[in-house]
Amino acid sequence: MTVPRQGRAGWPLWEVFVRARRGLSHTHVGSLHAPDAELALRNARDLYTRRQEGVSIWVVPAQAITASSPDEKDAFFEPAADKVYRHPTFYPVPDGAAHL
Amino acid sequence: MYGHDFPVPDDGPAGGLLDQVEAAEAALRAAAGRGRPGPEDGSTADTDPQDYFAALIDADQKIEPRDWMPEAYRKTLIRQIAQHAHSEIIGMQPEGNWISRAPSLKRKAILLAKVQDEAGHGLYLYAAAETLGVTRDELVEMLLSGRQKYSSIFNYPTLTWADVGAIGWLVDGAAIVNQVPLCRCSYGPYARAMIRVCKEESFHQRQGYEILYVLASGTPEQRTMAQDAVDRWWYPSLAMFGPPDGDSTHSQQSMAWKIKRFSNDELRQRFVDMCVQQAEVLGLRLPDPDLRWNESRQAYDYTQPDYAELMRVIAGDGPCNRQRITHRRRADADGAWVREAAAAYAAKRTAERTSDRATVLA
Repeated sequence: MTVPRQGRAGWPLWEVFVRARRGLSHTHVGSLHAPDAELALRNARDLYTRRQEGVSIWVVPAQAITASSPDEKDAFFEPAADKVYRHPTFYPVPDGAAHL
Repeated sequence: MYGHDFPVPDDGPAGGLLDQVEAAEAALRAAAGRGRPGPEDGSTADTDPQDYFAALIDADQKIEPRDWMPEAYRKTLIRQIAQHAHSEIIGMQPEGNWISRAPSLKRKAILLAKVQDEAGHGLYLYAAAETLGVTRDELVEMLLSGRQKYSSIFNYPTLTWADVGAIGWLVDGAAIVNQVPLCRCSYGPYARAMIRVCKEESFHQRQGYEILYVLASGTPEQRTMAQDAVDRWWYPSLAMFGPPDGDSTHSQQSMAWKIKRFSNDELRQRFVDMCVQQAEVLGLRLPDPDLRWNESRQAYDYTQPDYAELMRVIAGDGPCNRQRITHRRRADADGAWVREAAAAYAAKRTAERTSDRATVLA
């Protein structure tokens, strides 16, 4: 990990992901500041699971995340827009064909 | 009468409000399901960012951190979210005052949990503000230097145990009425933080109500103490909704941007209408001789709080302004060595791991 921004506290930003229950995937719940991964986990427990909201927590340095685009609307996802044939509903099913 | 997109709360002190939070959460999911506005094929690359922003707001879609947004929208949100966060942080003090003197171990444990929640709310909100490009250090600095304000209500003292009850019922109650519509705010991170905050606030309001209920059904002295607390907190709580609509400077633009959904006076009225019946159940009197049902308006007529007092308290001349900010600065300074030690330890560990790796590679 690169050296964090040296602010008043010098603590980098971490993104927090919580698995609410066994069988569900981890979901982003928010972020927090902490000096290292261990304290980030402890702070995440105190901040985001005070009411038993989770059974597992991931913390990720915010600067380690690479995002797809500078905003949420560019052409990055356009190739998917004209490929309706990727969805099962594109195909008519003849009468009488079962288990399709 | 509460606005077209809310069910009328009629099932007890906080039940109705919680339903509204659930409804806001469902609306957030529904809006996400509708997808983004624009041509069917999803091509948005050549859309003017300003038009796209307006289209998102029109379609009740959320604005997300890396979307283009007008600079004034960003500044308004930073100011509002930061002041909201500061209020949660300073708001720990009036109640923290009673942690060591709570009347039983149960009450002490509950109050500790509540004050910890306020810290948590402050942190959710700081994190939401940081998505707009301001750093935590800048935000803390603006609170400590007084460049940004916090809610005027926390500049009033908590003189008795009953004040802890009055804060929960009236102050947290007013905060919830203010905040439930913010669960539908157009800025995604703020809306999501508010949904979380509102769900937790409903415990706060109920525990305050229960403290007052127990006192009001207790000895004559306890009853008097409960009434005294309500007498002192009623008008400052009404003032929490801000100046009357005619004098409110930021309201109109915030409504157009869907940051704010209802005017100060609409929310204040809604709060009064809820409290009357709740006070009856407590057997306590709201300190307003002119409070009465208005059949034609289908709402209670009530006496306005002293807005000149509100302005004085905001300007720094309330009963506890200096005490609150002095305490905050001291807490911040006293914690400096802990923050530095933790940062030094983290740096040492990183250096050790780096040299271990270098040894392995050598």
